[in-house]
Amino acid sequence: MAVPLSWYMLLSLAVFSIGVFGFLSRRNIIIMLMSIELMLNGVNINLIALSHYIQDLRGQILAFFVIAVAAAEAAIGLAIVIAMFRNRATAHVDEIKEMQG
Amino acid sequence: MVSIGFFIYFAFAIVVLSLLVVTRKNPVHSVLWMLLLFFHIAGLYLFLNAEFMAAIQVIVYAGGILVLFLFVVLLMNLREELSIGKYTTFGPTGFTFALGLFVAVSMSLSSFIAAPPGKYSIDLIKQETHIKALGKLLYTEFIYPFEVASLILLVAMIGAIVLAKRRLKS
Repeated sequence: MAVPLSWYMLLSLAVFSIGVFGFLSRRNIIIMLMSIELMLNGVNINLIALSHYIQDLRGQILAFFVIAVAAAEAAIGLAIVIAMFRNRATAHVDEIKEMQG
Repeated sequence: MVSIGFFIYFAFAIVVLSLLVVTRKNPVHSVLWMLLLFFHIAGLYLFLNAEFMAAIQVIVYAGGILVLFLFVVLLMNLREELSIGKYTTFGPTGFTFALGLFVAVSMSLSSFIAAPPGKYSIDLIKQETHIKALGKLLYTEFIYPFEVASLILLVAMIGAIVLAKRRLKS
C-alpha cells in the first residue's frame, strides 16, 4: 500500500508553516535566515513528491533551481549579517530601527 | 505497510526537528538540529525515488549552507544571546499567522486534482538511470533557466564579497 500524495503535501505544509512562524517571531536574525531555509525545504518536499506522483521530472528540476537560489540567498543573507555585526554589533532585529520600520 | 511506517517515522522526525530548529534558544543547537533535519529530508527524497536530489540535499545543504551558518553563529556573543528572550513582541502574531496558514491551506488540500501522469514513469527512470534522465531534461528543455541559475550564483558570490569585505581606507 502506497503513501497517499496528500500526506506529503500536509508534511510540506507543516514544515512551511513552522518556517513562517520562526521567521515572524524570532529575534535572532540568523534563526530567521534558517527559517527561510526551512520554508524552501518545505517547498522542495512538495515539488519532489508531486514529481514522483505525477511521473514528471520537471518538479525535480524546479527543486534543483530552488536549492541553487537557496544557496545564493544564504550567502547574501549571511554577508548582510556580518556587515550588520561590524556596524552595530548586534544580531537582534528589534534593535535595528534606523529605517523607522 | 512498511512504506507507511517509514513515512510516518520520517514525517514525525521532520516536524519535530523543524520545531526544535525554530524554538531552541542557543543558535548552535538550532544549526545542529537542522543538520539532522536535512539528513531526514534526504531520506524522504530517497523514498520518493529521487536519489540525485537526496545527494544534492546532503552535499549542498548539509555540507555547504550549514557550514556557512555555523561560521556566522560563531561570531555571535552567545552569553548575551542566552540571557535575552528569544521571541520579539510579534511572537503571538507570528504564531497565529502560521497556524491560520496551516489550517487554511490544509482545508483546501482535499480539492487538489492531480495532473494526468507524464512519461517519466518509475520503470523508464530505472531503465535510463535517474541522473541521465534529469541531465537530459536540464540541458535541453531547461538550458536557459540553468544559465540564469549560474548568473544568480555569480551575483551572490560577488554580492557576498562586496557586502562582507572591510571598507578600504581611501
